[in-house]
Order: sequence, then structure tokens, then C-alpha cells
Amino acid sequence: MNSLDIAKIVLVLIGAPILGCLLAGIDRKLTSRLQGRVGPPLLQPYYDVRKLFEKDNVVVNKSQNLYVVMYVIFVVLSLLMLVFEADILMIIFVYTISSVALIVGGMSTGSPYARIGSSREIMAILSYEPILIFYAIAIYMLTGTFKLSALDEASTPLLMYIPLIFIGMLFVMNIKFKKSPFDFSTSHHAHQELVKGMFTEYSGPGMAGIEIGHFYEYTFLLGLMFVFWKINILMGLILALIAFLFVIVMDNITARVYWQWMFKTSWTVMLLISVINIVYLYIYEIKII
Amino acid sequence: MSLAKSPWIIHVNCNSCNGCDIEVVACLTPLYDAERFGVLNIGTPKQADIMVVTGSVNYKNVNVLKNIYNQIPDPKVVLAVGACASTGGIFHNCYNVIGGVDQIIPVDAYVPGCCPRPEAILDGVVAALSILESKSKGKIKGKEVKLKGKEVPSNA
Repeated sequence: MNSLDIAKIVLVLIGAPILGCLLAGIDRKLTSRLQGRVGPPLLQPYYDVRKLFEKDNVVVNKSQNLYVVMYVIFVVLSLLMLVFEADILMIIFVYTISSVALIVGGMSTGSPYARIGSSREIMAILSYEPILIFYAIAIYMLTGTFKLSALDEASTPLLMYIPLIFIGMLFVMNIKFKKSPFDFSTSHHAHQELVKGMFTEYSGPGMAGIEIGHFYEYTFLLGLMFVFWKINILMGLILALIAFLFVIVMDNITARVYWQWMFKTSWTVMLLISVINIVYLYIYEIKII
Repeated sequence: MSLAKSPWIIHVNCNSCNGCDIEVVACLTPLYDAERFGVLNIGTPKQADIMVVTGSVNYKNVNVLKNIYNQIPDPKVVLAVGACASTGGIFHNCYNVIGGVDQIIPVDAYVPGCCPRPEAILDGVVAALSILESKSKGKIKGKEVKLKGKEVPSNA
């Protein structure tokens, strides 16, 4: 590990939450503008986190805090692996552990709302995981390796040959950002029927940890979209921005659906178009290296 | 100053006639937009800072009110919205009504009116923010309100 790598790590550890915080602020500002409201200041997510650190930490059991720490650690780890262009399959597995930590944390509290939220989050993972795996398989078929570093030598961007998986990944973004129509595991808007879903029993610093984890997660998820056009940084960033704006617009124009709807759509339509894309790559034996 | 910038509100309906509740929800509409001040209507008491109570307290819901109050982590502020929550209102001498919210839990700010206009409620929230700040600075903790068994009126 040389000094450049250490600089990269420090940049990710400091830069990613700032970027995620700004993205969350833009999200809230844009959402309120779409609803005809003035909306909170851009730095509102930052104020929220700072406030949560000042509150008491009321927990049901002590292991709850550990699960928050696990969540943040594994999200940061997956983000670092993405930045260091590691194995895409390994990144997906590490990232899944972070979601599992939140689910176990929700389950451990014993609150019925947290349990409903957690079991719905399990269904969400079941819905998006196959698409992520097909994304990894597509990268393997196009480059001959799961290593993301190989994409630097690619002649054409990934998006050219796997546009259908890109659509599937937009669907995944909507689930993972926990935005409407898939905000049934935890959200501010579902509080009449769900209180706060998975995070019902978290308070103060525990909740602040989850929020900071979300900032890292936002950056990580948009990083996954960036990989679609990795050979050109500018185009990659534009693609990530398009995905982000798509998620916000979808959040505002759709109503919350049943988890069954998400499950059926993902395992029929989204899985089918991903498979079609994979079959297309297989038949024409397309390689970009 | 960080508490004043992001007050999260939990709305508790104690036996209210729904008049005040509609006005509280009206604060979130585009016309009044409480989110300008960072206000979020949060569902769980564990993440709330300001407890907005509407309606008078009766023997059926008194324990629910105490329970929710105890679950809010410090520093916390209670805002009584409407005549019923402040004093008991027109129900003050009903056989089943204990009275205003301040009979049970410490109230920091009152918003009078039947029902109060959204502007008045927002004013109450802004007034509660400075109390929240001073409570945070002085490290003033809310006292835990003891839950009793079934509350029964002494003259019943």
C-alpha cells in the first residue's frame, strides 16, 4: 500500500459522507420543490445528524448499537472496494452483509413495527439481489474477469451492450434508496402504518450512525451506476446523476406499493430482461477487451 | 444551535375532536410548509424532539400519553395545541376528563385557540425551539412520569 492508496482511503472516508449528505439535501430540496413547497435548507441532513448526536441514546438492548456499527463498517468497506476496483462479486456480497446488519438490528428490538420493516427489507433483498448478480455476470462475460480494474482497458462502455441490465439497475436503485414506490421497509412517509419500520427503536446517536451509513450508501450506489460508463469519467458521472434524478422523480410520481408487487415485478420483468441481455451477450460472444 | 435547526415532531392525539389535528397537518402543506424550519412529522417517539399534544386527557388515554412522553429521549419539549390540550376546553368538567395535558406531564408551551390557526401552531413550535435549546444547554432532563394502573376518578 503506497501513499496514493492511503490518500484515496482518506478521501473516500471524508469525501463520501459529504457527497452523500449533499445528495440527500438535494433530494429533499427537489422533492419539496416538486410538491410546490420551499423546502428545508440544502444542509438539512447535516443538521439532522448533528442534532441526533446531541440526543440521548435510548436502546432496547445493547447489541442494537453494534449492528449500526456493523452496517457502517460494511458499507464503507464495500465503497472502498469499489473505489479500489476490486472483485464486483465480492463487493456485492460485502454490501449485502451491511443490509443484513440492519435487518438483524431491527429484528433484535422485538418491536412489531421493526419486525415488519425488517421482514419487508428481506423481501427487498430477495428482489434486487438477482439483478445485481446478473450485473456481475454481464461484466464477467464482457471482460472475462470479475475485476473492475479490467474495465479501464475496455474499448466501449458497458452501457452499450447491457442496456437492459441498466434498466434493471435503475429498479435496484429505487429499492436501495428506499424511495417510493418501494419505501415500505422504512421511511418518513409511512409513519401512519409502519411508524419508522426497521429503525423504529433507534434514537439519538444510533440513528445518526444509520444516517451517516446512508450517506456512504448513496455514494456507493451511484458508484455502481458510474461503472456503466467507466472509461469516461464525465459520462460516468452524468450517468450516476441521471440515475439519482430518476430515483427522486420516481419517488414523487408514484405511490407506495405492496411488497408483493415489487417481488413479482422484479422476478418476472426485471429478471427476464436481465436474462435476455445475458443470452444476447452469450450468443454473439461479445467482448469489450 | 443544532437542536433548533432540526426539530422532529411527534403528534399525539389525546381525545381530540380532530379540529386541531387537521390544523397540525395543515402546517405541513405547501402553503405553510413547516419543513422550511427542518420540521419533520416523525412517527416514532424515540426520534422525536417536540411532542405536540392535541385534545384533553381522559382516564382512557392517560397511560398512553405518559408512555409516549417517557419514550422520547432528552432533551424534549411538550407543546399543548388547542384549548382542550391547554386547559381541558369545553370538556373540562366532563366526568371522564382529567383536564389539560399539564395535569399529567410538564408542558413547555401552549398554543391557545379552538382550533388554533396553522400560523399559531408554527409560532408555538418556534417558541418551543428556544426552550429546547436552553434545556439542551442546561442538561435539563424530563422527569419520568410514573405509570399507574387503571386511573379511576376519585369521585366516581
